[in-house]
Amino acid sequence: MLYRFRQFLESARAWQSAIVAVPYFWLLLFFLIPFFLVLKISLAEYIVASPPFSKLIQFGEEGQMYITLIFDNFVFLWEDDLYYKTYLNSLRISIISTILCLLIGYPIAYGIARSTPTVKKILLLMVILPFWTSFLLRVYAWIGLLADQGTINDLLIGLGIIDQPIKMLYTDFAVLVGIVYTYVPFMILPLFANIERLDLTVHEAAADLGAKPFTIFRTITIPLTMPGIIAGSLLVFIPATGEFVIPDLLGGGNVLMIGRVLYSEFNLNQDWPVASTVAIVLLLLLVIPMMLYQHYQAKEAEAE
Amino acid sequence: MTQATDTSKLFENQPWLDPDAEPFVKIRALTKTFGSFTAVSSVDLDIYEGELFSLLGGSGCGKTTLLRMLAGFEEPSSGTISIDGVDMANIPPYQRPVNMMFQSYALFPHMTVEQNVGYGLKQDRVEKNEIAERVAEILAIVELTPFNKRKPHQLSGGQRQRVALARSLVKKPKVLLLDEPLAALDKRLREQTQFELMNIQHQLGVTFIVVTHDQEEAMTLSTRIAVMDQGQFSQIGTPTDIYEYPQTRFVANFIGSANMFEGRVVENGDNHVIVRSSHGDLSFYIDHSFEIRENIGVSIALRPEKITLSREVPETIDEYNTVKGIVDDIGYLGNFSIYRILLENDKIIAVTHPNQSRPRDARHLAEWDDEVLLSWAPSSPILLTK
Repeated sequence: MLYRFRQFLESARAWQSAIVAVPYFWLLLFFLIPFFLVLKISLAEYIVASPPFSKLIQFGEEGQMYITLIFDNFVFLWEDDLYYKTYLNSLRISIISTILCLLIGYPIAYGIARSTPTVKKILLLMVILPFWTSFLLRVYAWIGLLADQGTINDLLIGLGIIDQPIKMLYTDFAVLVGIVYTYVPFMILPLFANIERLDLTVHEAAADLGAKPFTIFRTITIPLTMPGIIAGSLLVFIPATGEFVIPDLLGGGNVLMIGRVLYSEFNLNQDWPVASTVAIVLLLLLVIPMMLYQHYQAKEAEAE
Repeated sequence: MTQATDTSKLFENQPWLDPDAEPFVKIRALTKTFGSFTAVSSVDLDIYEGELFSLLGGSGCGKTTLLRMLAGFEEPSSGTISIDGVDMANIPPYQRPVNMMFQSYALFPHMTVEQNVGYGLKQDRVEKNEIAERVAEILAIVELTPFNKRKPHQLSGGQRQRVALARSLVKKPKVLLLDEPLAALDKRLREQTQFELMNIQHQLGVTFIVVTHDQEEAMTLSTRIAVMDQGQFSQIGTPTDIYEYPQTRFVANFIGSANMFEGRVVENGDNHVIVRSSHGDLSFYIDHSFEIRENIGVSIALRPEKITLSREVPETIDEYNTVKGIVDDIGYLGNFSIYRILLENDKIIAVTHPNQSRPRDARHLAEWDDEVLLSWAPSSPILLTK
């Protein structure tokens, strides 16, 4: 018995299973279990206690087990149009940011992929460089740039282009700037990886067959870089939808995004069940595009 | 019967011999440099309508650069290209009357066979029904009709090659450029496809310009071959010209194999030349004259299959075009054998001999270490000065 166990340990299969088991265990511990905890809390109701929610399982005096599932929170979210509007606004802002990131990131990624090896290294470094300073610091820097008495307004007034400062801070615009600025590297990197792998002779073949440069871009380049476009867009869209820090700092009270609602329900109202419900619904909203992505990737894999 | 009809018939399949024929593709003093490297160095070339012309050379000889300049992917550093009388300078690839078949095929991976083939027609705003018709027609020619809905990754190498061919032919280009069209296929498929390619070319009458490093391929396919070396043409001619009458040592060595001898012209007669090999007791009598001074250093190339091998070695041998040797090695290739013969002066020459009979005891014409006599016709030695 012991011998067989040792034999198993020494076999390659044991190591294979061990290596595969690590990420599964990690996901179970830090993703699946917390998810079920949040789901459980979302199905409870707020009580004044610590922790501030009702118990899922209670035992009666004679040992009966009571399982209480309260769907009030979901109904509440559905009926109160604050949440509904906030979700929509979050989606609107993250969709616009994703499109802006794509419009800005695509030419950059293309330019990097087509530059000479030395220049390529420098340009890639420049894309990654902002990550070396604190994210919060960079967002605060935008406050200094966008404020009424900030750098941009001062400059424009100084140049005599405008008399009154343009209100930029605490608007949708500021939030969009913040999100696009922060997330554009997540768009560039997968796009770069995709574009760099493109076979250039395919472009030449299209030109040879009579396609003008823009037609080549539309009919060849875009379809062939679609996996990169989708990967980059999801990497921007998913975190941007739940973004809290950027709308909080750059949007103030004027830009309602679901991350801020979640924060205030949890920390200010102490209403853990509603906060959890908000989180679960957000997750559902994000899981749909993720499943689309999975589906697309599976199709790609099948194609190769 | 007049003289005129005779010559027109003579030139029918050989337009390059007709001094009045107008070349279809005209290249003049064409040069391409990349930094300090000269890929193509001031070449002139005339290609006539309906030809299947090959650019043959080793890697880095400039053949692909020349082809890419014809397609418009590279801009010439100097010189001109005109196709069907139109100067191609400043005409972008998408407006040239040429199509190219790429070595990697460069099929569009996200499109079906039909869409790939129809892409070029769509760019020309051809009507939908007509596109479908012409695509179906060309797919029938390359025998891919049952595969029209497949994507490139669902096809075999040979099928992909034919999709690439169909795609580049469907627009009926004036000139089709083929970059190593058969290189990615295995040997058997390559031989079969060579003939298919010739048939299709004949059927459609399109001028083909083929880049290849494979001399066998060039010999089989071409009406004419340009042998390229270091950015220049070493020789331009029909396969027979190039093989039987090479003009330089490079061509003689590059096309087929040749035994090379260094020598000196000892006699230059009206209808013959005698060359004495600089090593050993070996003289060549060549039965046609050359404009060459006596006593000048030359090379003689002798094709292995032009040499006759005999085991009967007489006491005294002829003064010219014969030599004694010993069998050093034998390579049996089935259809023929290669004998490597060691001469008295330590030079080894290769002789090929067809295995016409089917020996029961599998013995060779000569065995290892046999003394043999080599001889050749006075028309066989090729005299080279360059």
